[in-house]
Amino acid sequence: MSDAALPAAGMLGGCTVRKADPAARFVLRGTAEVAAGASFGVALPSRLNRAEASDPRAALKLGPDEWLLIAADAAGDIPTAALQAQMEAALAALPHSLVDVSHRQMALLVEGPGAALTLNAAVPLDLSVEAFPVGMATRTIFEKAEIVLWRQGAEAFRIEVWRSFAPYVQALLAAVQAENEAAA
Amino acid sequence: MLLIRCPYCEMDRPELEFRYGGEAHVARPVNPMAESDESWAEFLYMRTNPKGLHAERWRHTSGCGRFFNAIRHTVTDRFVVTYKAGEPRPEVKP
Ligand SMILES: [Zn+2]
Repeated sequence: MSDAALPAAGMLGGCTVRKADPAARFVLRGTAEVAAGASFGVALPSRLNRAEASDPRAALKLGPDEWLLIAADAAGDIPTAALQAQMEAALAALPHSLVDVSHRQMALLVEGPGAALTLNAAVPLDLSVEAFPVGMATRTIFEKAEIVLWRQGAEAFRIEVWRSFAPYVQALLAAVQAENEAAA
Repeated sequence: MLLIRCPYCEMDRPELEFRYGGEAHVARPVNPMAESDESWAEFLYMRTNPKGLHAERWRHTSGCGRFFNAIRHTVTDRFVVTYKAGEPRPEVKP
């Protein structure tokens, strides 16, 4: 790689890391027919590694038959049970699996011109906007922790991470931020 | 970093997201009770271990989660082709 491909000093760009609002989360497994009839409030994407979002609901297709559903409805009014009942009723005739994982994971929002660079210290994927466009979401790894990474904007990412891994991810992000700031 | 093409994600993805799953196309006997100790041991333990092209299972564990098959050269570590589980072994040249 030539020096020209590396960001010049002072151009690293900063980013902010903050916790996202609490949310209800489900893992839905089933066929395309299940996805079409899920009655979640936002259409489930049919393309693998893509997210479909209509605030405050989002559906991420993580595997050929697997969707992560996020309902970040107003804090304090997270409709986990009602949503699950509504979806189970809509899917009663179809074989499927719908599991509440709300308490398993939390989300971090990494935003700013240096977001991709900061994440790339621990994420091995190409995070250029050509290779990882806005709306792409995938399971991947963050150093030793497994995460779901969703690009919500050119300079905005959401990390879904299991709760017990979150301090590890946060600490690594803070260390990378400090290094990039020192280099800038 | 070694990149492996996941046939489900249809993308080149970093090796770190994958786990190896042993030789591919090893069919389990339909009726294990009818097998002799020797033929059962053959199924359980004996593998081809070639020097050259090897069909093997991989799982995109920290990705789409799917098992798929790959043909890899065991000397150069080059992935010649990857294909979905259940598909026949493709004809390839090294
Ligand atoms: Zn995959």
